[in-house]
Amino acid sequence: MLPGLAYFLVFHYGALAGNVIAFKEYVPFDGIWGSPWVGLGNFRRMFEDAEFWDAVLNTLWIAVLQLVFYFPVPLGLALLLHTLTWSTVRRFVQSVAYLPHFVSWVIVVALFQQVLGDTGMVNGYLGDAGLHTVDIVGNPDAFRPLVVAQVIWKDAGWGTIIFLAALSQVDEQQYEAAAIDGAGPWRRFWHITLPAIRPVIVLLLIMRLGDILSVGFEQMLLQRDAVGPQTAEVIDTFVYYRGIVGGDYGFAAAAGLFKGLVGALLVYAANRVAHRLGEQGVYR
Amino acid sequence: MSAHVRPGWMEKPRLATQAAKAVALAAVVLLVCVPFLVIVSTSLAAPREVVANGGWVLWPEHPTLEAYRDILDGGIVTHALAVSAGVTLVGTALSLFCTVTLAYALSRPGVFGGRPVLLLILFTFLFPPGMIPGFLLVKELDLLGSYGSLVLPVLVNVFNLVVLRGFFQGIPEELYEAARLDGAGDWRALWSIVLPLSKAALAVVGLFYAVAYWNSWFYASLYLESDHWPVQQVLRTYVVAGSGLTDTTTGEATVNAPQTIQMAVLVIATVPILLVYPFLQKYFTKGVLTGAVKS
Repeated sequence: MLPGLAYFLVFHYGALAGNVIAFKEYVPFDGIWGSPWVGLGNFRRMFEDAEFWDAVLNTLWIAVLQLVFYFPVPLGLALLLHTLTWSTVRRFVQSVAYLPHFVSWVIVVALFQQVLGDTGMVNGYLGDAGLHTVDIVGNPDAFRPLVVAQVIWKDAGWGTIIFLAALSQVDEQQYEAAAIDGAGPWRRFWHITLPAIRPVIVLLLIMRLGDILSVGFEQMLLQRDAVGPQTAEVIDTFVYYRGIVGGDYGFAAAAGLFKGLVGALLVYAANRVAHRLGEQGVYR
Repeated sequence: MSAHVRPGWMEKPRLATQAAKAVALAAVVLLVCVPFLVIVSTSLAAPREVVANGGWVLWPEHPTLEAYRDILDGGIVTHALAVSAGVTLVGTALSLFCTVTLAYALSRPGVFGGRPVLLLILFTFLFPPGMIPGFLLVKELDLLGSYGSLVLPVLVNVFNLVVLRGFFQGIPEELYEAARLDGAGDWRALWSIVLPLSKAALAVVGLFYAVAYWNSWFYASLYLESDHWPVQQVLRTYVVAGSGLTDTTTGEATVNAPQTIQMAVLVIATVPILLVYPFLQKYFTKGVLTGAVKS
């Protein structure tokens, strides 16, 4: 177990300790420990930085859109798949739907460019039909719907796995008994299926809440150049551009630490609420 | 395969419902498949045909492998493929070794510090250290510019660890006792009892690691010079960002690579995923579920 343990100590706890530079002004020559302390200076600068708040706002926007438009899709797809009795079709659709999850973001973005971009397939058809072409990929106004669509395309199928697992653990006999008592498909869905998968739904909602400040770093970074930072800058890309590109390490580390703290707090709070409501939550 | 068995109590859905389902399922399948088809077709078409059609082709009239010949003829893409393959192989092997040994230790009762160590690890999941400290750490460890910077910072994945640990815990205690009576130590027990019984879980975790290494590009863009880039980063630069392909031999930048070549790079970067996918598909539901239910 030693190599694995050493990995966690060095690359997680070592890096966690490296967060002290959020309270320092990092001077490359002096290293992390030799750099001078600045107390909460980096945080003060951060809270006064308009671009930081823009990034926070963008992040929240995208997170909310994902919650509203992405979250129900895997659930709906799982319910649909669950009602299929023809297992060959079911398995085929599942295999196809899982596939995009394993393709890298680079490829997903390139695929979207190819299909929806300026010279892409959809615009090709629109042009042939004599209609107005729309540049979806390079258009800041279309960016938010676009990224949500990408997330749905990539991960909705994969997201069904956990719902399908929960659905498969529902006791068949309950359905049977309810059907004999005269409950139709909708009543069975409402009184048996939904209560059975509620813990899973709550669990996933909590986990999303903890992740609310990290919405697809790779996805945003890949497309930030095309639409500009006004809409595509999220906290993660902000940290990247300020810190690694801009060299303002202490400041960027402060922003990253802020994000981590808020995320952990949100999970903790959401878990408390879930317990209050009698759900199991993520942990006890 | 048991096709089409409806439980006796379930009524046959109405025609409208069935039609709606069929449309929804067909939409899912088409939405996933058509983009891939466009890419493959465009990469196989003649450049002239692509230009005439405005940048893409759904069905090439004169299929040609020219684009593939161009990019595989030595040069930057060939090199990047070799880098990706190497990093994927070595990285997966190292990751599996570390994950398995750690998961085994954590799955056995009474190994020193079992529960605190587990909590210590799960905590990193809840509170990741952040990008900047991670970057500075790699810098201070002098890993900049080495392939180690692509592997070491992501060596063990907590999710994979939890999946394997759950799987190891499911192995009956009697087997361990029998091994101990035969005088086998922990290594022996791990090698000849635990591993053979966990082939499915190992396959899933191994493939998850392999896919992650193959798909990674961000660390390469951070830590490596462009002549050491893996294929995804090359793809990002020349296809997504649209820079010109550079001829490595002369160092001269050519103007934007033709669409067919771009698409061929895209296909080549995807093919390994498509190749391992059937194997992955066979095992992952089972493997992921053990993990999901346990955690």
